[in-house]
Amino acid sequence: MTIYLDYQASTPIDPAVLAAMKPLWETQFGNPHSEHRHGWQAHASVDIARQRLADLAGVTPDWVMFTSGATEANNLALKGVMQAAPSARRRLITVATEHSCVLESARWLEGQGFGLTILPVTPDGRIDMDQLDAALDEDVALVSVMAVNNEIGVIQDLVRIAARARDAGALVHSDAPQGFGRIPLDMAALGLDLMSISGHKIYGPKGIGALFVRPGTPLAPQMHGGGQEGGGLRSGTLAPPLIAGLGTAAMIAAAHMDEDAAHADALWDEMLAALPPDAIVNGSVEHRWRGNLNVRFPGTDGARLLSDLRRLSMSSGAACASAAGRKSHVLAALGLDRTDAAASLRIGWGRFTTLEEIQTAGAMIAETVAAQRRQAA
Amino acid sequence: MPISTESDAAVDNGVYLDWNATAPMRPAAMEAMMAAAERWANPASVHAPGRAASGTLETARETIADVIGVDPRQIIFTGGGTEAATLAMRGVARDRHMVSAVEHAAVRDAVRDREILPVDDDGIVRLDALEAMLTGAPAIVGIMHANNETGVIQPLSDARELIRRAGGLLFADAVQTAGKLDLPEADFVGISAHKLGGPPGVGALIAFDKQNLRAIQPGGGQEGGLRGGTQNLPGIAGFAAAAAALDRDWMPAARTRQRRLEERLIAAGGAIYGAGAARLPNTTLVGMPGVPATTQLMAFDLDGIAVSAGAACSSGKVEASHVLLAMGVDEVAAGEAIRISTGWSTTDRDVERFASSWETLRRRRRAA
Repeated sequence: MTIYLDYQASTPIDPAVLAAMKPLWETQFGNPHSEHRHGWQAHASVDIARQRLADLAGVTPDWVMFTSGATEANNLALKGVMQAAPSARRRLITVATEHSCVLESARWLEGQGFGLTILPVTPDGRIDMDQLDAALDEDVALVSVMAVNNEIGVIQDLVRIAARARDAGALVHSDAPQGFGRIPLDMAALGLDLMSISGHKIYGPKGIGALFVRPGTPLAPQMHGGGQEGGGLRSGTLAPPLIAGLGTAAMIAAAHMDEDAAHADALWDEMLAALPPDAIVNGSVEHRWRGNLNVRFPGTDGARLLSDLRRLSMSSGAACASAAGRKSHVLAALGLDRTDAAASLRIGWGRFTTLEEIQTAGAMIAETVAAQRRQAA
Repeated sequence: MPISTESDAAVDNGVYLDWNATAPMRPAAMEAMMAAAERWANPASVHAPGRAASGTLETARETIADVIGVDPRQIIFTGGGTEAATLAMRGVARDRHMVSAVEHAAVRDAVRDREILPVDDDGIVRLDALEAMLTGAPAIVGIMHANNETGVIQPLSDARELIRRAGGLLFADAVQTAGKLDLPEADFVGISAHKLGGPPGVGALIAFDKQNLRAIQPGGGQEGGLRGGTQNLPGIAGFAAAAAALDRDWMPAARTRQRRLEERLIAAGGAIYGAGAARLPNTTLVGMPGVPATTQLMAFDLDGIAVSAGAACSSGKVEASHVLLAMGVDEVAAGEAIRISTGWSTTDRDVERFASSWETLRRRRRAA
């Protein structure tokens, strides 16, 4: 039996989510855009999910635009805002530790002639407010900062970031798949204009996500067609089963947020207690989702640890980067050199991880780290 | 079959004749999705659960490739037919874009600056016009395999020959024909799972010419770098199972039903669109003179029959069909057309119920 400790790559589907999806696949299969009872029934289930997402983000349902996932939402947010921005505002500000789909969209825009500022982070993984202030000017259209980092779990200070960006007249977007449903993300209170989320990071299905957009925000559509979502801003037949699954996942996350966070905190303490005392947490411990432990064991090789610990499903960073064999741009942004980055593991847990699993995994990791060091000595 | 099962307490599903909007899921697709739901790990993860998920993903890709007769590496999974069309029309390295006047909005509007290929009265692309327009810079040309509203099949082999000779590339939207006809000859072909018995939210672009394609949605480098985003794994497994379950045994009966239905409708005063062209056996677009489509839809719904006025995505907008306008139909008549589309579980009785309902409505409106 393996122990799954890669909750940042994907989370197991909550059984209640699967149960909510099943009837929409089996019997209530209508196209939600059709003008007959099958269509209306599907449409109604989409509406319920839309309300549930809106509730969790502290906004009204007209903010919610369903997409095929966070990657599409981020592409739409960055390209859509920049392409629709006033001609005097042609610059985008984002951060060195963003997910690759944000950074690649940003670089694509740069290739199209837009200005791009990529802010560095401090060794704890947060952006420096003075550097943000220095970068903000009247030519900035959008500031995009992720809520919770996918590799190191670090939580950015979105309230302060958004306030400064808005003072400079820029719109504010947050890539939030790792934060939505885990920490309170009230868009109105935070002052966010756009926010991207994903189903499969919150115990929901893959293939579905959403972009929250403040109504009236100028946005250039990236996919044309039937104009089904956001008053023509996003085309393609909606997938009611996936949407209902996402809505149910959001509802459960809202109800379990405190409990899930307390559980993650308890497992964090348990894991750290089991690991060798010289293990170093990468990124802020204080401003962090404690279901993510990105940690380095000086003097070890993470790839070898992963291979010796095959019973534990962990990673050395983002899943898409590990498949491609790339080094972590996030750890590099924290200032880690290649040796330190190579000695790092990302260990992630969540709602369905048990205390016993963490105790077992912690003991196995500690033992393997010690064994590797003995061999090296 | 999923339709009119007694266990469905939510609504009486009645007669479903809107298969071109979406088709019910094949039971095999449902089973495959439930099994794949156990494989929820990220297929890009390198640990054991991730590799298992990746295995399921690649098996699904091979299954679909086998069914449609392509190389698995030519399949790029997307979030649906619209994204597949957008990827082809915007991702292909050509400065010039051409689309037929009857394309689905996903293709027609994929690029803002595009030239429109005219069609004849049956909705067939005019090859003489295509040939004339192709002189000049090489283009990416979007022509659908069969129309979603009329079922009219385009002469893609001939069109492709002209396009190829002019150095252009052809994207064929095969969303309505996948599983019904062989894959068309084209450089890029778009298909969608939920039209062939798979789940909504999954599609694919079949790229025979990957060299000329670049991602429009960059991200984690999935799908050979041509489409970023974690793959919709249970959905893709359902797509593959639906593809494997495809059969065409129902189509001869559908052809017979179509013929009988259209004979009755014509006898009662209906106008069949695209009647002079080769059409899919499951699609009929009929006009009822003097009765707006929205009125008809309500009457049929009260009779427990689900049909549509053109494409599902635009029917909420109550606009005259751009397909009919392109075929030279006037705006009033175009606003009186209803689409009937059938599938593998449609029965003779379903279609007869619609025909009777249509005749009754027509009689009542003429008497009024």
